Amino acid sequence: MADYKGTVHEHSKRIMGAWYDTLAQAAKTGAPSAYIMITGNCVEILRAFDIAPIFPEVNALQLAIRKQSLPLILKSEEMGYSSDNCAYVKADVGYTMEGGIGKDAKIPTPNLIVCNFVGCNVYIKWFEHSAEFLKAPLFMIDVPFLREKEPSKEDITYVVAQLKELIATCEKITGKKFDIDRLREVCALSRRAEEGWARAKDLCKNRPAPFDAYFDSINMMGPINVLRGSTDAADFFDAAVQEFEADVAAKRGPLPEEKFRLVIEGPPPYPYYRSFRDLFAAWGAVAVQSTYSTVGGIWEWGYRHDPERPLESIAEHMIVHNLCNRSLLERYSQIRRYVEEWKADALVIHSIKSCRLFSAGQGDMRDYFVGERHVPTLLVESDLEDPRYYAHAQMKNRIDAFFESLEHRRIVSMSV
Amino acid sequence: MGARTNSPHRRRIEVPLTAMAIAHPPILSRCREVLAGGPTEAARRWKGPAIGCFPVYSPVEIFHAAGALPIGIFGAGGSVELTHADARFQSFVCSIAKSTLELAFQKRLEGIGGMVFHSICDVARNLASVYRRNFPDLFIDYIHFPQNPTSSGSLDYTSAELERVRRNISVWLERKITDDALRESIRAYNRSRALMRRLYQMREESPERVNSVEAYQLVRAGTLLPPQEHVELLEAALADLERRAVKRMDRIRVIVEGAFCEQPPMGLIEVIERAGCYVIDDDFVAGWRWFANDVAETGDPIRALAGAYCRQSRPSSVRHDMTRPRHEDLAKRVREKNAQAVIFAPAKFCEPALFDYVLFRRVCEREKIPHLLLEFEEKMWTFERARNEIETFAESLLFE
Repeated sequence: MADYKGTVHEHSKRIMGAWYDTLAQAAKTGAPSAYIMITGNCVEILRAFDIAPIFPEVNALQLAIRKQSLPLILKSEEMGYSSDNCAYVKADVGYTMEGGIGKDAKIPTPNLIVCNFVGCNVYIKWFEHSAEFLKAPLFMIDVPFLREKEPSKEDITYVVAQLKELIATCEKITGKKFDIDRLREVCALSRRAEEGWARAKDLCKNRPAPFDAYFDSINMMGPINVLRGSTDAADFFDAAVQEFEADVAAKRGPLPEEKFRLVIEGPPPYPYYRSFRDLFAAWGAVAVQSTYSTVGGIWEWGYRHDPERPLESIAEHMIVHNLCNRSLLERYSQIRRYVEEWKADALVIHSIKSCRLFSAGQGDMRDYFVGERHVPTLLVESDLEDPRYYAHAQMKNRIDAFFESLEHRRIVSMSV
Repeated sequence: MGARTNSPHRRRIEVPLTAMAIAHPPILSRCREVLAGGPTEAARRWKGPAIGCFPVYSPVEIFHAAGALPIGIFGAGGSVELTHADARFQSFVCSIAKSTLELAFQKRLEGIGGMVFHSICDVARNLASVYRRNFPDLFIDYIHFPQNPTSSGSLDYTSAELERVRRNISVWLERKITDDALRESIRAYNRSRALMRRLYQMREESPERVNSVEAYQLVRAGTLLPPQEHVELLEAALADLERRAVKRMDRIRVIVEGAFCEQPPMGLIEVIERAGCYVIDDDFVAGWRWFANDVAETGDPIRALAGAYCRQSRPSSVRHDMTRPRHEDLAKRVREKNAQAVIFAPAKFCEPALFDYVLFRRVCEREKIPHLLLEFEEKMWTFERARNEIETFAESLLFE
């Protein structure tokens, strides 16, 4: 199978590695650090105080990709977690209990746990548990779900009030006075990275798409969600766009031939990431858009952090401009635009047991796209963290059968 | 806890529930009649608009003040065969979400013109969307309750959210909801909640007077009745129960925790008691008994409801409050109510309850509080296994 790694992958690995080095250093020196979640996060505020952000979700997915998650999940289940609880949480808790966090570990004990409750209710439970196990203070940012077309001014005011309370907490932890100009600089760097990410996504409208917007997006999700607001992230996206533009000019895609263009919905099965990818690659199928790549933020419709109004724009990002804080019906619209504007042949829904935010109701989504939009749709199930839910033979059968039928449909339509 | 089912001292600890029920036929038969009629009969009797309230807490006063009857929709128990909802929601999604959806597909929500969902979990949120797409004629709203009640912005936000709901309901029903009407509804529901608190007080002080099924039915009836009728029912029941002379049995005093959304089958509630427990507190139908004390009946009524949510809500797995950790609250309740054990009863696949179980269990072990995990599904219909487990658990404590 083709080697998907390019310079973007290596570049991402390098800067994400540097971030991990910072965390390891903070574990040793006691430099301030804080837990925070990926979705619609306010990492800009932590960065303005030079607080090292720790993302337990990223730790969990790394454990899964390295095939280390199962013993940790089992450890958590011994503590009383149910087989029906999110396995991201269980892997992280298992890792914590096994000594993965602390002075002698690679991840520091956080000085603060910032729960950006943006859509995912499990976030609240996860960080309540982390606070209990690590004896660290918990700061909750309650982000009202986007339940009308636009957020109300009270929604924004509420989030901004909480951000100001977070700032006061960060001042206490670091002993530093808040500097709004520093936050403006951080927001300007976020904006630059967001421009690049949006441009990269837009380039996937080309045939062939220069990268796989599901599988290769992982290389960009680290920089955009974890490192956003840093020079590293902004430079990374400048370089990535340059490379992708050259690929487009040379009609170079991630596979030797792009036969099918897909939109993929749902997180990937990290424990079987490569083999899952190969099942699509074998059919020349490339994802030209994906919803998972927008969990942290939806940048393709034009939203950017605004250095002129930093707190309000951070609040808008948290409430409106990320997948998780929007309704399932908003997700249908997002996918519909992806299918139409990125000219996809089909939709693949990867339904995962761990994340009900993503998966609950995906049967209805399939019904909508097949019944009302006439988009060929495949729904497959496994998990993003727990390897016990991935059945390779069954997965292969389903995917092969789907592409066979797509191919047949194409032949029939050509002969007509 | 150690298994003691073969103990030579083993004895059956049964109470003739039916005999107890016969002592108060008018009240209980009225309750049963209301429950048997379910949401559609409740809507039919009301003769006005009705709105379905998915668990847990719903601001029923706003609907009632608009002239609509708020009706608790707790799934379908075991009464429907899933023919549509299974294709919408996967196997790992809780029963209540699927059966609530199925009720609408099978047109078993007649007379109910709208449904309201709340920010209790990820499934409930997505269910609101699936409802909206599949039943465009229904009024659907989704309410985001604050998860940071200690922020300086929480009260203003919650007030604005309840005002938004008031606006939406007004537009839907084409009628103005006045402050006076709201205050009147707050008074009505305050009375019913106060009587339910008295009922629970009675269970704590003399659990032999009211068995679990009776108490459950009395509370659950309130999710189908106008508040005034529920008040009448509760007043009559409490008067009777206070006169009831029943010998206290040799049973353990337990708190049941975890069934705040999907409701256990009545058979399971009965089995807990028959197997040797007095349930002195629980979180069944928690949303309809949400406040620890009365909501303010004067002043701005929306602000009063918002303030009550932020400051007077009962601890719940669907509500974060960093000043009152739920697991510590559970330990405190065990001490204050003189409970001997906790039975954790989460619904299958219920993430909020299953997550909380881990911290609850830790605190129980720290405080040496005996506990038992009893997962259930609304559609379960055999209780033998549960009965054996509870009996073993109760006996191990009784004969310690």
